[in-house]
Amino acid sequence: MTLVVVTVMPKRGVLDPQGQAVQGALSHMGFGDVADVRVGKRIELEIGGPDPAGQAAKMCDDLLANALIEDYSVEVPG
Amino acid sequence: MSATRVAVLRFPGTLDHESAATAVRAVGGDPFFTHHTDTELPEDTHAVVIPGGFSYGDHLRPGALASRTPIMSAVKRHAAEGGRVLGICNGFQILCESAMLPGVLRPNASLSFICRQGDLEVADAGTPWTGGRLVGERLSVPFKHHDGAWFGDPGESRVVLRYRGENPNGSVDKIAGISNLAGNVMGLMPHPEEACDPLLGSVDGRALFAALLA
Repeated sequence: MTLVVVTVMPKRGVLDPQGQAVQGALSHMGFGDVADVRVGKRIELEIGGPDPAGQAAKMCDDLLANALIEDYSVEVPG
Repeated sequence: MSATRVAVLRFPGTLDHESAATAVRAVGGDPFFTHHTDTELPEDTHAVVIPGGFSYGDHLRPGALASRTPIMSAVKRHAAEGGRVLGICNGFQILCESAMLPGVLRPNASLSFICRQGDLEVADAGTPWTGGRLVGERLSVPFKHHDGAWFGDPGESRVVLRYRGENPNGSVDKIAGISNLAGNVMGLMPHPEEACDPLLGSVDGRALFAALLA
């Protein structure tokens, strides 16, 4: 098994209301230096078989990310 | 003659299937429920409704997991043959996630759940879904959603319904509902199935269900 880490993020330029809400809260808490916040998700996949990173990329294209609004990156740590 | 058969899809987490079935009956149709693992629609299926709710708990993205189920392959074949499909709320999200309609539904700009009666207006009178109403005519239907902000290129669809007045969720061009270019697949965030009985204060939703029977 190979651990593959997929990160899905809202595309640059697409409004991220969740990130804005978090930024607003941080600002109220005194973290005024935060210029921008974007909230995405990390998906950890345990994949068997050949080319786990390629398989994960296909999964992103088919399901894990929506290309209209999200970008993804695939990483095989270690 | 037997009544027209309309499939009402059910996924784990679908909530509004009974209301949708009641609305189909209100316009004279014969609704039946399907299961998400079904691989075919019954041969006498005339039209399909994908009702609202939170299929698969809205995990990953609203509608994403439901759109990859076997029954949706059958619904795609039904639509490809010209059959009519109406997706409401989560059903609209499922239609977008399955690429039967363009775009995607994003969280409301306010990040708040909306739950109130609201007004729509007809933006395109040329589809079957607005029952002969003219452009600009008003429909009163309930809004209840959290992820209702349609995002995409309006030019890839027909904009059938827009929000009247203030944009409740931040959708592009105040879009509330679109159809595909052919006009046989329709999706909207508001709930016409809850506007089919005078007891509920409006029967403006009937036009969308009547279109399923044509």
